[in-house]
Amino acid sequence: MSSDTDVKIGLEIHVQLTSLKTKLFCSCSSDYRDKPPNTNVCPVCLGLPGSLPVVNQKAIEKALRVAIALNMKIAEKISWARKHYFYPDLPKNYQITQYEGKGVTSIAKEGYLEYHVNGNVKRARIRRINLEEDPGKIVYHTGSMLTSKYSLIDYNRSGIALLEIVTEPDFSSPREVLAFLHELRTLLEYLDIADFKLEGSMRVDVNISLAGGSRVEVKNVGSLSDIEAAIVYEVTRQRSLAEKGVKVEMETRHWDQERKVTVGTRTKESEEDYRYFPDPNLPPVYISPNMLEDLSKTMPELPQTVRKKLVQVYGVSEYLSSVLVSEKKLAEYFEEVMKRTNIDGDRAASIIVNDLVGWVGEERMNQIDKIVPASELAELLELLKSGTITIKIVKEAIPELVSGKRTRELLASKGWIGKVSGHELAEIVDTVLKENANAVTDALNNPKAIQHLVGKVMEATNKRADPKEAFELISKKLEEFKAKVRLQEDR
Amino acid sequence: MKSRVLNFVEDLRRGAADQYKYVEKALEEAAKKDPKFNIFITLKGEIPENLALSGKLAGVPIAIKDNIVTKDLRTTCASRILENFVPKYSATVVKILEKEGAVIIGKTNMDEFAMGALGTTSAFGPTLNPLDVKLSPGGSSSGSAAAVSSGIVDLALGSDTGGSVRLPAAWTGVFGLKPTYGAVSRFGLISYADSMDQIGPMASTASDLAYLYSIISSFDPLDPTSSGNPWGDKIERIAREEPDYDILRSIKLKVPKELVEHPQADDSIVKEFSRALSKLESEGAEISEISEPSLLKVPQVYYIIAFSEASSNLARFDGVRYGSRVIMPEEVDWDTYYMENRALFGWEVKRRIMLGAFILSKGYYEMYYSMALKARGMIKSKVEQMLSGGGIILTPGSPIPPLPIDYDATDLSRLNAVDAPLMLANLTGLPAITIPVGKRGSIPISIQLIGSLWSEDILLSIAKVTEEIFG
Ligand SMILES: [Zn+2]
Repeated sequence: MSSDTDVKIGLEIHVQLTSLKTKLFCSCSSDYRDKPPNTNVCPVCLGLPGSLPVVNQKAIEKALRVAIALNMKIAEKISWARKHYFYPDLPKNYQITQYEGKGVTSIAKEGYLEYHVNGNVKRARIRRINLEEDPGKIVYHTGSMLTSKYSLIDYNRSGIALLEIVTEPDFSSPREVLAFLHELRTLLEYLDIADFKLEGSMRVDVNISLAGGSRVEVKNVGSLSDIEAAIVYEVTRQRSLAEKGVKVEMETRHWDQERKVTVGTRTKESEEDYRYFPDPNLPPVYISPNMLEDLSKTMPELPQTVRKKLVQVYGVSEYLSSVLVSEKKLAEYFEEVMKRTNIDGDRAASIIVNDLVGWVGEERMNQIDKIVPASELAELLELLKSGTITIKIVKEAIPELVSGKRTRELLASKGWIGKVSGHELAEIVDTVLKENANAVTDALNNPKAIQHLVGKVMEATNKRADPKEAFELISKKLEEFKAKVRLQEDR
Repeated sequence: MKSRVLNFVEDLRRGAADQYKYVEKALEEAAKKDPKFNIFITLKGEIPENLALSGKLAGVPIAIKDNIVTKDLRTTCASRILENFVPKYSATVVKILEKEGAVIIGKTNMDEFAMGALGTTSAFGPTLNPLDVKLSPGGSSSGSAAAVSSGIVDLALGSDTGGSVRLPAAWTGVFGLKPTYGAVSRFGLISYADSMDQIGPMASTASDLAYLYSIISSFDPLDPTSSGNPWGDKIERIAREEPDYDILRSIKLKVPKELVEHPQADDSIVKEFSRALSKLESEGAEISEISEPSLLKVPQVYYIIAFSEASSNLARFDGVRYGSRVIMPEEVDWDTYYMENRALFGWEVKRRIMLGAFILSKGYYEMYYSMALKARGMIKSKVEQMLSGGGIILTPGSPIPPLPIDYDATDLSRLNAVDAPLMLANLTGLPAITIPVGKRGSIPISIQLIGSLWSEDILLSIAKVTEEIFG
């Protein structure tokens, strides 16, 4: 789907602050995944009678860093509101969150984030960001609400700190939405907010409207591909309604992950009254100019800065630079490698992106520096630069390094050390040509058959030859043969 | 008056007392008096083994209001909805008491979720006044007051959101303190209205009151509104030392006439109150009458804020995680499930939840809640002016005698006179103390003092002197 000017899409993004050690209002671990149900809980996150919330100051600090990075206006005081609704995964039957109004404000508002689509820079406005607590999780033993006789509730997730980021409806296509979300995720990774490899660490509510229709909110979409599918589905649905002359009503719909459709819920959003009011247990936290100054001074490098640095300092191409930067770990790894070798930055980036990443695999990217220590790759690249080994050997060596071998020992044991070239290579070429008379005849008739001879030379040099040099030497020899033959014929 | 608690602890320390004796006596008394007055919801039957020999309250029995959670000891808030709730953790105050060797002998009866002034909204039946069983002991900490008044224990904990420690103290003739907001940890106190709730000590003597208070007032990192104890060991010294008569000459007692000349106030009680004032004056206290008509608005402001917070705080009682289930969730949809289970609340609690939910709903919030917050701010600054320069507000502990136990609680008119002087301290966060000053027949007479923030040292000193003067 291309950008449609009559489509308006806004996002409410919920990001778990997975980098925090504890939950938002208690000292339970924020690492709730893979724990037996209801073992990562305490009186506070279970909402037991008598328990009281105490704000995790680190969460506020992290949210403020996001606000700074998103160029937002930051509130002078951070206050908390209760949002009331009855649901079994919400232990107090209210959620502690933030709210704009009733004497309570968001942490920050009116910011923006720039992102790239088709080489163009776009700017999405950020309406506000909030901190709030995650509810628990309802588990259906059959996997479906409809067929389960009972529901189980796991409160391990209850109280996890969520950062809610609300954009203005500044997107008009799924492509823009995805490009924005990629950029946002990268930014949040650089700010050490969240690890998006963890399941459920980001959930998005998508607001979609067509010109002339009301806003429809699709709740709780988990993955980028589902977000894309949900937008496509919803735009098509609303468009066909409009074509039939049916007015699209304001409503909340759910994303059915199995069937890949949006499903209407009975509740009309306008009817809900959450009875927000300031939480009397949580006095406002005042944000001093000093605190903001300290945070600004200690901000980590942001993706845009790193992207520029890779291009300007290391000479990496724009494209490879954005690939490296899109994974914080990868960009860091690249810089670690470059500290230890003088190889051309773009060449190193290309080998990392095109060879190493594929062998390491997306899911292990966080451990790339453990799988192949930067010093090992740097050593390999340095040998390539000095001409001691060929690119062919680099490509052969990388999977071996990924499987745990060390550069020096690997090259020695394989006999890959020492490049064969010049006079030495010429002699080997002569021998190979002598021993493969038939192949030579083929190659004389068909230039494509030269590759077979190159292979034989590589075999004979234990891959230590530069295939390009070997190709050139063989071609030269063949030309000499042809010349000789012509001379004999002339006589 | 000599403190039994301090004497016992001192004797025990010197090896001159048996650590089981005090608790044994309390349990014996409880076994006799509980059936008569319905003081406890849960009473421990046996003396725990291995009682501590050291600690500031080693071997001292204490009664705890049943809205303060106690690990492995049922905590009901006097409600059917928590009838079977056995907490898995203890309130911070309970931990402090146990660490100091105190022995909790039981959980006391109260108005359901601390909502009520007569002790009659309890799902476990009303507590009767030990001074006269035809009378209410006052609420909501009715059981704790009765446990002290009847002589079962010398110490008890109540909670005070709108006078719930002080009214029953006044009606049963014991001492009660509502601390400065933030002085005693609320962690483990089941919330009624968070911005006003405070746990408060109740005791048979001023020294015991001060002593218990010196132990439970401390900073708690688990309570986001906790401030802790700015007095060091001063409060404990007040408990131990002789009364200091000079304190009366260093303060200015101010009697707001609107709170005394209330149309519902009882003439004979007001007369007794005046007699007490004369006596204090003759001992050197400076007493003046002031007028502040806005104080009569205190109950309206209080109820709007308290009901709103209550409607939110009590939302969690739904039968999903704990408490009783009327209906099983498999049988019905969630909305029905909630409604059926929440029907377990009593009439008064339902009334307050519904009014609170109404106040917070769209269109009414600005009309009521925002206005109440504004009024609260105004009242606070008015009262601060009154208290500046060593001022202390002085009112009757209760301007009416204890109401009959069968009083129709839906008739709020007679309680109006009681509400304003008590709720004033909760709205403003100020400390307040109720001090018995004698009896007229079986009707106890008392005064209430409201001091500036963190003036408990002064209030408790005055209580010690007053106790001697009227003793
Ligand atoms: Zn927890």
